[in-house]
Amino acid sequence: MAEPTRREVLKGAAAGAGALALPGCAAQSFPGSLGGADWQRGHRVRDGGFPAAQGKAEEAAIVIAGGGAAGLAAAWRLKEAGFADFVLLELEDTVGGNARSGRNAVSAYPLGAHYLPVPNREARALRHMLQGFDMIVGEEQGAPVYDPYQLCADLEERLLWRGSWQEGLYPASGLTADDAAQRDRFFREMAEFRQAVGADGKPAFAIPRAGSSSDPRFMALDELTFARWLEGRGFTSPVLRAYLRYCCRDDYGTEPERISAWAGVHYFAGRRGWAAGGDGDRELTWPEGNGRLVTLMGKAVAPHVRSGHSVFSVVREGDAGARVAAFDHAAGISRQWRARTVIMAMPHFVAARVAPAETIKGALRYAPWVVANVTVSRPPRGRGSALAWDNVSTGSESLGYVIATHQSGSAGEGPTVLTWYMALSREEPAAARKLLATRSLAEWQQIVADDLLAMNPDLGGAIERIDVWRWGHAMVSPAPGFLGDPARLAAIAAKPPVLFAHSDLSGLSLFEEAHYRGVVAAEAALAHLGHRFESLA
Amino acid sequence: MAEQEAPAGGSDESAPASLAVILLVSVLVVATCGLVYELLAGTLASYLLGDSVTQFSTVIGTYLFAMGVGSYLSRHVRSNEIGVFVRVEILIAALGGWSAAGLFLLFPVVEDFRVALYGLVVAIGVLVGLEIPLLIRILRYRFAFRDLVSNVLTYDYIGALIASLLFPLVLVPRLGMIRTGLVFGLANVAVAIALLVALRGRQKLTGDLIAALAVLLSLLAGLAGADRIQRWSEVAFYGEPVIYARSTPYQRIVFTRRGEDLRLYLNGNLQFSTRDEYRYHEALVWPVLGRVANPREVLILGGGDGLAAREVLKDPRVAHVTLVDLDPEMTHLFRDEPSLAKLNGGSLGSPRMHVINGDAFRWVRQARGRYDAILIDFPDPTEFSLGKLYTESFYREVARLLDPAGVLTVQSTSPLVAPRSYWTVASTLEAAGLSARGYHAYVPSFGEWGFTMAAHQPPGDAVRLPSGLRFLTQASERAMFDFPPDMARRPTPVNRLDNQALVRSFAEEWGHYDG
Repeated sequence: MAEPTRREVLKGAAAGAGALALPGCAAQSFPGSLGGADWQRGHRVRDGGFPAAQGKAEEAAIVIAGGGAAGLAAAWRLKEAGFADFVLLELEDTVGGNARSGRNAVSAYPLGAHYLPVPNREARALRHMLQGFDMIVGEEQGAPVYDPYQLCADLEERLLWRGSWQEGLYPASGLTADDAAQRDRFFREMAEFRQAVGADGKPAFAIPRAGSSSDPRFMALDELTFARWLEGRGFTSPVLRAYLRYCCRDDYGTEPERISAWAGVHYFAGRRGWAAGGDGDRELTWPEGNGRLVTLMGKAVAPHVRSGHSVFSVVREGDAGARVAAFDHAAGISRQWRARTVIMAMPHFVAARVAPAETIKGALRYAPWVVANVTVSRPPRGRGSALAWDNVSTGSESLGYVIATHQSGSAGEGPTVLTWYMALSREEPAAARKLLATRSLAEWQQIVADDLLAMNPDLGGAIERIDVWRWGHAMVSPAPGFLGDPARLAAIAAKPPVLFAHSDLSGLSLFEEAHYRGVVAAEAALAHLGHRFESLA
Repeated sequence: MAEQEAPAGGSDESAPASLAVILLVSVLVVATCGLVYELLAGTLASYLLGDSVTQFSTVIGTYLFAMGVGSYLSRHVRSNEIGVFVRVEILIAALGGWSAAGLFLLFPVVEDFRVALYGLVVAIGVLVGLEIPLLIRILRYRFAFRDLVSNVLTYDYIGALIASLLFPLVLVPRLGMIRTGLVFGLANVAVAIALLVALRGRQKLTGDLIAALAVLLSLLAGLAGADRIQRWSEVAFYGEPVIYARSTPYQRIVFTRRGEDLRLYLNGNLQFSTRDEYRYHEALVWPVLGRVANPREVLILGGGDGLAAREVLKDPRVAHVTLVDLDPEMTHLFRDEPSLAKLNGGSLGSPRMHVINGDAFRWVRQARGRYDAILIDFPDPTEFSLGKLYTESFYREVARLLDPAGVLTVQSTSPLVAPRSYWTVASTLEAAGLSARGYHAYVPSFGEWGFTMAAHQPPGDAVRLPSGLRFLTQASERAMFDFPPDMARRPTPVNRLDNQALVRSFAEEWGHYDG
């Protein structure tokens, strides 16, 4: 180890110097792909023109139309009840809906939804499923024990605020006395809402939403926007409002000016996670995000799944059942099923095309999103707090990035994948969807890279590829009046042979809601068919 | 006499009065700068090459001699003394200003550092030697000869005093050597620019001005990027000369050597010093092997340097050693580089050794098998990622791999500096269902260092040690389990994946210690 090896230092130092001398260099392109919910297939459902179904109709007691979280939950519930005479039809080539995931040589990563908060006591069916998936591993004094490997590891969140990263998502420094007082008052009021119980004895805000009180005292919140409510309550602190805007965009994909105050409060007051060891306020997460959940559900019901099948028509045949027509993309032909019950596990705007006679018009709106998975040769760093799972900048329009390898290993260095989120909430949804459809991969990559490098200049030269995924209708936006939305209420009230299962029925795009709606529809179908089961809902 | 030689190209006979002031101030400045460069070279040489008496003597001697050479050469400046002086200032600014940064950057890459060092010392010395004779000649019409010599030498010696006081008291501790050089380079170039401005219109000076501004800009850029230069140069960061450095995807591996003392740093943290690593590794390995009746299967987690494995393989009862280390470059280096393989006795190439390159956090979860002894030798929990390797979840997996009669140990930071962190390891092992016992050893390059032993049954006192160890005897082994009150056990939280209590207390306790 004498003189010759000094040469190594020269090489190392020269390479380092070269790399460091180049930050901020001109626009560059990255390898990557541009993907998204298959809107060619989606638009074909809208525009029609499928060939007529050929051959004899297949018989199935239950057809589930749609393989997102709600459809899979319905299928899982049927299987759990020992019921096997059903088929699940999915338009895309893989099931999972907006919880789908991708994978490359570095890590698996989410394409959309990426965590599940520890469920509330009332989410019985979900807890039952998590037990079956070894996510709940035991019981301590009656409370479920969650697998520590699947609970989000410390450090969970950090915020880039005034040029430095801090732990947590609420700015901790530079607050005026009024900022601090409003923050404390806001969280105090939310804590009161979390404990509040309506005149009907139900919690004011619950997850699943259906367990919430219908006490007019709380329902009145649905008559105005969250922004209006905040103003009325004197919540004007810019720091608080910026934080709340982040929360609304993160959970609902839209602005506080566009969501119902009921939904805004629900975000803070609905969660009462139930777990042993003080883990109730934690989240379950995986490298592939909620892809883990839908993959496990999909595996459990794999023999029943027909992917690449666009359901384009569901027509009731009296009370005896319904006829389902679907286009098989692989074979290029349409097929049909005669079902005694159909579960429409698709968003309302699609269901309205497929089964116009079963739906009524409502005012549900959907938020468009872009999700980018950025493969980097070294993890981001930055001044202040160390890298966390969720990393958010107060100076960015994006919602920040999560680290796909946060849960999986202990290597502090080495390549990883960052999943970057952006809700296109500034524009009207239709205008934003136009952007989604027309912007090129290179344009998105530039937006993503610029945003990331503004947060983490240390990533200069470390970005290896950027894969962009577009969601035209990522989630339903709970606008004021959504609790009384006729389309939503009609879908909830639907009776066999045509049932509905989707988080749209709750008006809140949460995995817990989709799961609950799937389970409820499956149990209604089982009851209709006279199959005995013990209710989990 | 010089007075008779009417200088061509304009001397300062017609110079404005302000010029004389600038020139006298520049005597003070150049004297200060000159001595600072000399002190920088001397300090840097003793820092990089060791033996400060020799380095300082030879550097100062060479410098003074070079100044003499410069003074002698000044006679060959026959005209335009002020123009030459300006150029000398620009050159000194560039060479002197960048001297410290340049030497740090050159040190690891040049074949013979002394040639570079003394070459630079001679160059700066010659230029500085030119300054005072030129200034005396420029000012000769302004003052009576008696006053001139008095003035110039007075400012010269005052400058020397300023430099010698500022250098150790302010400059090195506050600015560091790289910035100090750059700042004084700025002073030199400021003199040049002040003169150029004062001489405006009297000479064609565009070229000089451009050169002066270029040097000024380079020095300012250097100051702005001084931290980066420090990182590149690396030797400015470590206390000893760097002899090897390499960045792998996982870490920065740096070896330094001063005399016989070879040290390994990972990401800037000392891993071992060849002077005393035997103390650490004997304490890590033998209390465990000495408590296992028949240690056939041994697992080492971390320890890619193969030093713990060297101790383990001394035990003829050991049939297989499995070593899991994240970084293949580490294990390859310590297996294939002869001088490093000598340190670990070729342990990584032993037929009894099985090296696995992978993340231990993932590996333990899928590993099967039973180990009679497990030695856990990870870097300190300085980051959340490393903190995962000290959690209850991790120890539960390790406990599953430990034979019912087996014993394990964990290197667990200093019980003296960070007692809460140290005992957190024991609390966490206990939460994972094991019985834990702390012990500690004095390792000079680390200080008082702690280990935590654990087993399914409470580990006893009886231990069988081989003969020929350099540190451990029956008596000294027993003494390691005794904790005086300042290191005694105290209540701590359990370190879990979702609280990372250890990373937080470690940062706090070592933060107090460093600051």
